[in-house]
Amino acid sequence: MKKTMIAMLNISIQKTAVVAVAAAALLLGSPASAAVKIQEVVSPGGIKAWLVEDYTVPLVSMKFAFKGGSSQDPDGKGGLAKLMTGLFDEGAGDLDRAAFQDALDVSGAEMGFTAGIDEITGSMTWLAEREDEAVRLLTLAVNDPRFDDEPVKRMKSQFLTSLIAEERDPNTIAGRKWRKEIYGDHAYARDSDGTKETMAGLTADDLRAFHKSQFARDNLMVAAVGAISAEKLGERLDQIFGDLPAKAKLQDVPDLEPKFGHVVHYEYPLPQTRLSLLYPGVEREDPRFFAAYLANHILGGGTFSSRLYDEVREKRGLAYGVGSNLSNFDHTSTWGIGTATSADRAAETLDIIRGEVKKVAETGVTQQELDAAKNFVVGAYAIANFDSSASIAGTVLGLQLAGLPIDYIDTREETIRSVTLDEVNEEARRLLSVEPSLLVVGPALAASANDNAQGDDAAREESGAARPIPESSPAEAGGLDIEGAAQTPPSDMPVEATGKD
Amino acid sequence: MAKSLAISLLAFSLLFPAGGAALATEASTGGTVEANTAYDEVPNVSHFTLDNGLEIVVVPDRRAPVVTHMLWYKIGSADEAPGKSGIAHFFEHLMFKGTKKHPAGAFSQAVAEIGGEENAFTSYDYTAYYQQIPPSALKEMMAFEADRMVNLVLTDAVIGPERAVILEERNSRVENSPSALLREEHSATLWQNSPYGIPVIGWKHEMEQLNREDAIDFYTRYYAPNNAVLVVTGDVTAENVRAMAEDTYGKVPRGPKLPPRARPQEPEQNTARSVTLRDERVSVPSFYSEWITPSYHTARDQAETAALEMLAEVLGGGVRSRLYERLVVDDSIAQSVGASYDASAWDDGSFTVWGSPRGSGDIDIMQRAIREEIDRIAKDGVSDDELTKAKNRSIKSLIFARDSQATMARIYGSLLATGGKVEDVNEWAGHIRAVTSDQVKAAATRWLDEDRATTAYLLPPKEQATDADPQAAGAANDNVEPSMDSEQGLTAVEQVK
Repeated sequence: MKKTMIAMLNISIQKTAVVAVAAAALLLGSPASAAVKIQEVVSPGGIKAWLVEDYTVPLVSMKFAFKGGSSQDPDGKGGLAKLMTGLFDEGAGDLDRAAFQDALDVSGAEMGFTAGIDEITGSMTWLAEREDEAVRLLTLAVNDPRFDDEPVKRMKSQFLTSLIAEERDPNTIAGRKWRKEIYGDHAYARDSDGTKETMAGLTADDLRAFHKSQFARDNLMVAAVGAISAEKLGERLDQIFGDLPAKAKLQDVPDLEPKFGHVVHYEYPLPQTRLSLLYPGVEREDPRFFAAYLANHILGGGTFSSRLYDEVREKRGLAYGVGSNLSNFDHTSTWGIGTATSADRAAETLDIIRGEVKKVAETGVTQQELDAAKNFVVGAYAIANFDSSASIAGTVLGLQLAGLPIDYIDTREETIRSVTLDEVNEEARRLLSVEPSLLVVGPALAASANDNAQGDDAAREESGAARPIPESSPAEAGGLDIEGAAQTPPSDMPVEATGKD
Repeated sequence: MAKSLAISLLAFSLLFPAGGAALATEASTGGTVEANTAYDEVPNVSHFTLDNGLEIVVVPDRRAPVVTHMLWYKIGSADEAPGKSGIAHFFEHLMFKGTKKHPAGAFSQAVAEIGGEENAFTSYDYTAYYQQIPPSALKEMMAFEADRMVNLVLTDAVIGPERAVILEERNSRVENSPSALLREEHSATLWQNSPYGIPVIGWKHEMEQLNREDAIDFYTRYYAPNNAVLVVTGDVTAENVRAMAEDTYGKVPRGPKLPPRARPQEPEQNTARSVTLRDERVSVPSFYSEWITPSYHTARDQAETAALEMLAEVLGGGVRSRLYERLVVDDSIAQSVGASYDASAWDDGSFTVWGSPRGSGDIDIMQRAIREEIDRIAKDGVSDDELTKAKNRSIKSLIFARDSQATMARIYGSLLATGGKVEDVNEWAGHIRAVTSDQVKAAATRWLDEDRATTAYLLPPKEQATDADPQAAGAANDNVEPSMDSEQGLTAVEQVK
């Protein structure tokens, strides 16, 4: 039941923000910045964190990340990061699994760890009045996870079962083939869950060694929001993280240029065909990032207003969901488009998507569209990111992960406002002129009722838009402002949980 | 079970599923709980009704310049006429098609221009529309929403493509997913007479026939201020909301008196039933059993639902629950297992247990073990310690829920749309605290009768079942587990997509 609520939080709060109507935004900085004042805290022991102090609700929400993540899984040990993150509440220090979970239960705190592709993220939310106990448990989990036999064995067998359970799922199989095709041998092509073979081989010693190599002070970033002072946070930082090794031992992960122009068609008799198209993206640090971001918003980023939405759904009813988004990983950046469309009209849908992409690439967008997109993107930040302590903490951590400055929220609007139409159209042309890679999951396109479709070959020529389907994408968030947000769960289905869209 | 279209989203089965605000401080020495009830109540909630019958709830939360404006209609799929399944949801889509004053797209554009977020959702008992926006835009949103409450323009030109969209939505949500197909058939079996047996999105053959006349009929019958509840949460004051609402919604005339919400009720159920789906996409089996129970609205009193909530929590609420300890940890036969109770409904609610085996486990063994655990509670009750912990976990969640204004809007909206009262939220923790071991025991005895369970099985194809890796008997990725709750646990395995 509690899970229900939490599940709902994650999904339903897919909001967007508004700073204010354009007029109001003229007034003076944006309300967004007024809402969130980030201060840098450096603990006596030298650990840094970004803090948003707020006493409205007697809670503290802390989120932290260790750079590395699943892409650090050693060769032949795929799934190690994922397995490890499942075990932090399974016993730590002098507390075995039962004792630890009972203590956590009684403390009233909520703790969680997640393995992303580029980092492992942890979170702890506690009641201010129960801080000592919550911090004690978090400290144990971070420094001294036990990796006892029973939990390790159980968790492994649960992972193995999941891997087996997915074996016949067409979307899972297709996603693997697709990653292999476009990412080759790079770490990003691997399943972060590993394979049956690698998972079966993992040991407690592997976990201990991995924990030691990944959890250190030099690859740590921390955000805290809520009822805690800078001074107190400093003490807590030293308590929780101060005894970790100074330096992480990370393997080098090379940058990756995905392959474009490749087609993977996984044929399967389904009533609905899933289309994913992948174009090059732009790095978050690139000065052209917002030009591309705005172009994406116009093409397929808006919830109920984008060119793809209008053409594919609104005018023709070809799909329930269609959209595009930019994804930024540490070692590659992509621009994906995705939809799921009636199988017998998949070729037509693909045509329309490719046609819209071509139009944006060749003719560009209009000043009016750009102005509207800027208003949205400026305004959406507060609503998307500040509606709860937990989401503010996630945003503040995301800024650090993306390497953005602490005053980013204050300068963001100006950066966006200064993007010109030429810059947007140039980015659209540069990135969308590339022949995309295409993933089709569903019946042969030749079966399409549409005369344009010439079967599989046609798919090669056409291409629409699909979500990239990376199995774990840290910065993916259809329609959302992702620039600062870390850890948006991968959503490879363009299906909102709500009735409309 | 998810009484909602959006399996995961709306399905927030329990009202405050455990969204609780208070945390009882535990006196670990004995069974006594020294309750700290300081957080039991949501502060500053206002509730009033306009002259035209529109009910309004305001929950201020001034932390960030964001407002959630959510309008709920007390109309859902369970109110549909026979043969018109899906009309409530289809109509929800049509509400975005524009009015005389604001042509199609104008409302969405106004939301987008300020970076706002909007959407809508439909469930068995309600349909809701919302925007998240800066406070400065609230009145404009109210004006748009009030306008489309009665001035919608529907032409045949918009009906056709939008009907195609909902059919694609059905494809996405249901037809492409063995577990979703099974869920539909299971519900149709569980509910023998209640419209809860009909899917919110509608049966495909009936959706295909929905037309403009159906839509207009539905609109004029049910969309009116006296059939709606407005919930505003976030950076507002009740005074401002009232003034703005008077100026906008207040101008909409009261609609005709609505017929009573009297739906066909369930007959007595006296059989155990099962529904089985085999699909080649499934590698490992899973199952769930569900029983019809009282809801917050149909229960004799709040003690009855509170006992069921604690039964679900002790039996299968998380990694220290009886089912998890026994089947996942001790016996090592389950991939996942749990229990949940859905009390948020106008008519009856339901109680569900689910599981999926792993390793040498199989469904028969799991079902027997689950039954043993239910019987054990029915015979011996639960210990003070585990009951106390279950209460604390549940109540604690309320304060976590209060962190999100959108969640608060959903809690109040769904409550009022299913016959509840605003005060129920603040009284909920007290009812939970009062639950006794005997009440939990009685609930298990009374409601979880093996001979009345309706069970769903999602299985691999027959020929493949035998050569499946013996290691593999675990959970299907496409698990039948009834709802959202099942897969949201803390274990890494459940983070797997």
